[in-house]
Amino acid sequence: MTAFFALLKRDLLLAVRQGGALGTALGFYMLVVTLLPLGLGADMNLLSRIAPGVLWIALLLAALLSLGRIFSSDYEDGTLDILATGTLPMELVVTSKSLAHWLSTGIPLALMAPILGLLLNLDLDAYPVLVATMLLGTPAVSFIGAVGAALTLRTYRGGLLIALLVLPLYVPTLIFGMAAVNGLLGVSGTSSALLILGALSLASVVLCPLAAAAALRLQMQ
Amino acid sequence: MLIGPNGSGKSTLLRTLAGYIRPAEGHVRWCRQTAGEKEISESSEVSEVCHFVGHLDGIKTHLTAFENLQFWSEYLGAGDGGADIEAALERFSLDALATIPAGYLSAGQKRRLGLARLLVAPRPIWLLDEPTVSLDAASTDVLAGVINEHLKGGGITVAATHIPMHIEPLATLRLGVVAPEATA
Repeated sequence: MTAFFALLKRDLLLAVRQGGALGTALGFYMLVVTLLPLGLGADMNLLSRIAPGVLWIALLLAALLSLGRIFSSDYEDGTLDILATGTLPMELVVTSKSLAHWLSTGIPLALMAPILGLLLNLDLDAYPVLVATMLLGTPAVSFIGAVGAALTLRTYRGGLLIALLVLPLYVPTLIFGMAAVNGLLGVSGTSSALLILGALSLASVVLCPLAAAAALRLQMQ
Repeated sequence: MLIGPNGSGKSTLLRTLAGYIRPAEGHVRWCRQTAGEKEISESSEVSEVCHFVGHLDGIKTHLTAFENLQFWSEYLGAGDGGADIEAALERFSLDALATIPAGYLSAGQKRRLGLARLLVAPRPIWLLDEPTVSLDAASTDVLAGVINEHLKGGGITVAATHIPMHIEPLATLRLGVVAPEATA
């Protein structure tokens, strides 16, 4: 367990020191959401209707940008080889690194969403639910993304490949995230959608490290 | 000591020993002999008792030399009480550079920092893949001294190298030699 937290601490420290990954993700998120009203025109009703969906999709795309770094920087400087000789199983290495990704990228993105919601005339009642769905849903984004990152580790310019592999797997998270927000706006039950969203995240926390660790072992051969 | 021309399989052998590559046939096992009785461990555990030093040093450029070692000591050590981090840095004459981000170190200094990892977490098996690359003569001697101490303490070192080092006792495996006496 010492090793698990040592790795988590180091990854968070690196995220703070480097800053690049988070800055790019947040900047991308902000730009996409800012450009949208400029492209669609100032129809307030339209904007407020599509706001939750836009915020969610832009969040997924912004998170994609930072996924490749989960393993690639450690692979390039040889750290991954040494991590594999530790007493910590590869599955827990993946868990620790994905958790660090969620804490350093997923949560900041989720917390930025309400600020960007202002730009899109998001319905006031939707703010708490939107942030709740994002906080519940982003663990799945990080952990599923880790599988994609592990699979494309040795691929030259694997970024685009990650998007192709991972985006379809985000569909359930997106659907139930939207269902929860729309439930509040009067379509169906919010709480059940939130529960399913939480279940998706929990399932990915358990299952994805197994898949990602298997992929990493193959990549290191 | 592994000796052989480029491409003769030195790195492949070391990576197989470390468990990154699954051997096509056979097992990698390590035995600890304690007063006559033998314990045999499975190959999967070799990776948990070895240090692997490859071509890359595994150093984070945004962390200081001290923080790099501290992380490895916490990650690999599992509370076994390895050598002091300061002592390890001093051994490879990096103590003056402890608080400098590792990105500013030269290639040889990075190499030494990577090798200092051997000291902060005690492990019986050291797998060194060309550990002397970019080291100067003095540092190579320091490394040889460290390896000798490790061997005296009952450890095993398997090193692939092109440079003769003063290490005792020494067994040499020549790879890629097409001759009747070739042991590979």
